[in-house]
Amino acid sequence: MSAFSLLRWWAIVRKEFLQLRRDRVTFAMIVGIPIVQLTLFGFAINSDPRHLPTAVIGAGHSEFTRSLVAAMRNSSYFDIVAELPDEQAGRDALARGRVQFVLDVPADFTQKLVRGEKPAMLLEADATDPMATGMALGAVNPLVAAVAQKDLRGPLAALAAGAAPFEIRVHRLYNPEGITQYNIVPGLMGVILTMTLVMMTGLAMTRERERGTMENLLATPVRPIEVMSGKIVPYIAIGLIQATIILAAARWVFGVPFVGSAVALYLSALLFIAANLTVGITLSSLAANQLQAMQMTMFYFLPNILLSGFMFPFAGMPQWAQWLASVLPLTHFNRLIRGIVLKGNGWAELWPSIWPMALFTLIVMAIAMRFYRRTLD
Amino acid sequence: MSTTAARELAIDVHGLNKHFGDKHVVADLSMQVRRGEIFGFLGPNGSGKTTSIRLMCGLLTPDAGSGSCLGYDIRRESEQIKRRVGYMTQKFSYWDDLTIRENLDFVARLYEMPERRRVVDGALERLGLAARAHQLTGALSGGWKQRLALAACMLHKPELLLLDEPTAGVDPTARRDFWEELHRLAAEGISVLVSTHYMDEAERCHKLAYIAYGKLLAQGTAEDVVRAQQLTTFAVRGEGLAELTTALRGQPGVEQTVAFGAVLHVTGRDAPLLEATLKRFATGDGLRIERVDTSLEDVFIHLMNRATDNYAAGA
Repeated sequence: MSAFSLLRWWAIVRKEFLQLRRDRVTFAMIVGIPIVQLTLFGFAINSDPRHLPTAVIGAGHSEFTRSLVAAMRNSSYFDIVAELPDEQAGRDALARGRVQFVLDVPADFTQKLVRGEKPAMLLEADATDPMATGMALGAVNPLVAAVAQKDLRGPLAALAAGAAPFEIRVHRLYNPEGITQYNIVPGLMGVILTMTLVMMTGLAMTRERERGTMENLLATPVRPIEVMSGKIVPYIAIGLIQATIILAAARWVFGVPFVGSAVALYLSALLFIAANLTVGITLSSLAANQLQAMQMTMFYFLPNILLSGFMFPFAGMPQWAQWLASVLPLTHFNRLIRGIVLKGNGWAELWPSIWPMALFTLIVMAIAMRFYRRTLD
Repeated sequence: MSTTAARELAIDVHGLNKHFGDKHVVADLSMQVRRGEIFGFLGPNGSGKTTSIRLMCGLLTPDAGSGSCLGYDIRRESEQIKRRVGYMTQKFSYWDDLTIRENLDFVARLYEMPERRRVVDGALERLGLAARAHQLTGALSGGWKQRLALAACMLHKPELLLLDEPTAGVDPTARRDFWEELHRLAAEGISVLVSTHYMDEAERCHKLAYIAYGKLLAQGTAEDVVRAQQLTTFAVRGEGLAELTTALRGQPGVEQTVAFGAVLHVTGRDAPLLEATLKRFATGDGLRIERVDTSLEDVFIHLMNRATDNYAAGA
């Protein structure tokens, strides 16, 4: 008797495709999840918020300060929503959350500037959400420097030459404008693949058990490896479809530049899909019913989304969390896809992220085979 | 096991035991089913029938005991057994979201059958479902599902059929047709082990086994089973049977009373004592007492009551 029968294996593959075609909800999810998540994360979440409401105190005193305010407005970080009479009114507006920033220009600012006394102006920020103000604050100093360069001409040029306080340069690689979508959208591919694939394969086997059809399968000569791999194949196809939808959206909807190799990307995606499917099949073998499979999926999904560097910077996590995250395939896939899409990395740079994922897949597959129940015991 | 036994016996198991947690589901089950025989498997719900069937075809591994199915060891050669046995589960276990044809085709593929198309077409034709082959299986009625399940587990031409309550919830006409089909198959030499709750079905089996609380209580032909219990039954007809039933409870010699419509069956092992008691109590006008043959149903009720007693005494 053959250890692996292609005929039986193909029977399983065919059956899965037939059932999938009739399962409208799952089918809708395959297309719906990438679209909904892209809309939510791609458009709604923004770690580089702009058009933050800003109030100005005493800006109308000179051409220089007016020019500075105009430059701030043009940077698109700041929306000047009010001119306030004094410091007290500014504090009030911040406390009530009417504005995110208050720019306080002292009455004698321009006179001091002209006299070369290096005057200071105060930018107060509502920093309750550091993420919301961080980028804007970072943009202020270069802005002031630029205005100084441009406006201090003629007799004041000497001042511009010695503008030491503005000597802050921000130089961002790969994403010079700090566009969140460049980071979020490729990262979403891993998140979406993890969620749909682990969940769907997690349900695949438990559904057979819950409907009683597993007993029927076990009573036939079909082998565990045939059932498992046969059930996986349709989901590999689904994963590749989802990856393509996300890539297309990244390119044409979000305008993410794609500098790397498409082949490298699809091969990485394929490996990542395999890793997720083995997890799903393992959960499927462990769970007693579909509800348990869903719960286990969530249990697996949360650390992935929180620790993988998708939501929070990897380097910012404590050591133990970094170790934990290094086990998860999503961590490595995020590095791979950002590396390929944004940096154009080649195989040499990709390899350190590829082998941990491959190792993970092999180990989990061994666990899955161990726990697949040959009998009903 | 010897080759002659393998040729004659479809199922031959000894001392099978199975525990689920601390529940002893099957206790020391020994059973022989001859080839070409329809063997009825009876017992109350939860008595271990399904577990026993699963043990015999290798779907479950016994904790203790040994045996063979079609000459193959049930512990080591379940792969061989699976190819030669058709197992029909208690709950309909084909895929509701596949069409009738797709289900049959899938099963044929799993058994790697040659000439699949012809085999499936033939099965559809015999079923009378050729015209509805493209309907989803989930839309079929209970009776049709049962016929489809039988056709599907017959597809690979098994030598032994294991049918777990195949006629539960099926109307009488469909049940009769089903049993005619079983007898036709048995005549062709196929062995059948079928569990059931219906007495009329039990009487249509060549041999019977009665199991309760995991223990095999009786085995043999219907006559053997009835005779072995050595019970005497009196039928009482007339007015006031309900009152009589209450009065007879716990009286000497009376082991059970079963009402069959207008007739009350009173059963016990000690015939003279039972008759004396009956004469004492059934004094009302118009009550007629008559000794009758103990029926299979009386015996099964007796077996079940006694099994409960044993269980309680042992605890």
